[in-house]
Amino acid sequence: MIEKVLGGQTETFHELIRPYERSVYMMTLSLLRNEAEAEDAAQETFIKAYRALGRFRAEARFSTWLISIALNEARARLRRKQPALTDSIDDTSEGSVTPAQLTDWREIPSASLERQEVRTLIRRALAELPLAYREVFVLRELEERNVQETADALGITIASVKMRLHRARLMLQKQLAPQLKSVVPTSRRRFPWF
Amino acid sequence: MVLNCRHVWDYISGYLDNTLDAQTRADVEKHLEHCEICSAVLDSTRNILILTADDRVFELPVGYSERLHARLAQAMLEIPLDEPESSA
Ligand SMILES: [Zn+2]
Repeated sequence: MIEKVLGGQTETFHELIRPYERSVYMMTLSLLRNEAEAEDAAQETFIKAYRALGRFRAEARFSTWLISIALNEARARLRRKQPALTDSIDDTSEGSVTPAQLTDWREIPSASLERQEVRTLIRRALAELPLAYREVFVLRELEERNVQETADALGITIASVKMRLHRARLMLQKQLAPQLKSVVPTSRRRFPWF
Repeated sequence: MVLNCRHVWDYISGYLDNTLDAQTRADVEKHLEHCEICSAVLDSTRNILILTADDRVFELPVGYSERLHARLAQAMLEIPLDEPESSA
């Protein structure tokens, strides 16, 4: 399909990107944490990809290439808003995350996601992860990229991917497990932000 | 090797991803058998991963795809493709 587009059948580009629409939006949303801005960044990503398509090298996966463009686009926007943004993470430090130590944990059924407040809790916990952990978590868990692809897209080592993913998971467990446990399935606490 | 809880937490991801070596996995399982807290940490982490990965958590904005393709169509009229061999 890429050859077709480059050969002049530019409308084929619409088909080419359809499978990646959600991925790219998820990536921009996870960085920018604002739906309108994420959508704009996603549009910009695909326009940039179209413009640069001739420079796409077949040895890279098209999805990884798109994700890299989306990351660059979202990061550039973050820098514009917050030039001092560093969010540097030391992957070698010992600092292990202490999980929430609960007992009598019972599984929270997926059906609970029908409830807006449960989805909001999860989105909020993800949004609160430090950026470097959020990027890895979204690629590995939400986008189901493998470790190598994640490392390639982010320009970090495989060891860093594993370490960040592990910490991100435990941070989410620490934050979410007690919240979910109290919200599902008995309590019907109302939150002030609804 | 007898693991304490803190060790087990460091192995949670490896356990979930099934990347631990056989001996470590056996040590972790031995600990999980009698430690209610670590069992709960493991179960809750696994469960939270399942919930966060569910597409319902993040829904695409209504009309996202339509707006994307409309803007793309517009942009494609205005911008030429880079020449494949052009140096950026
Ligand atoms: Zn334990």
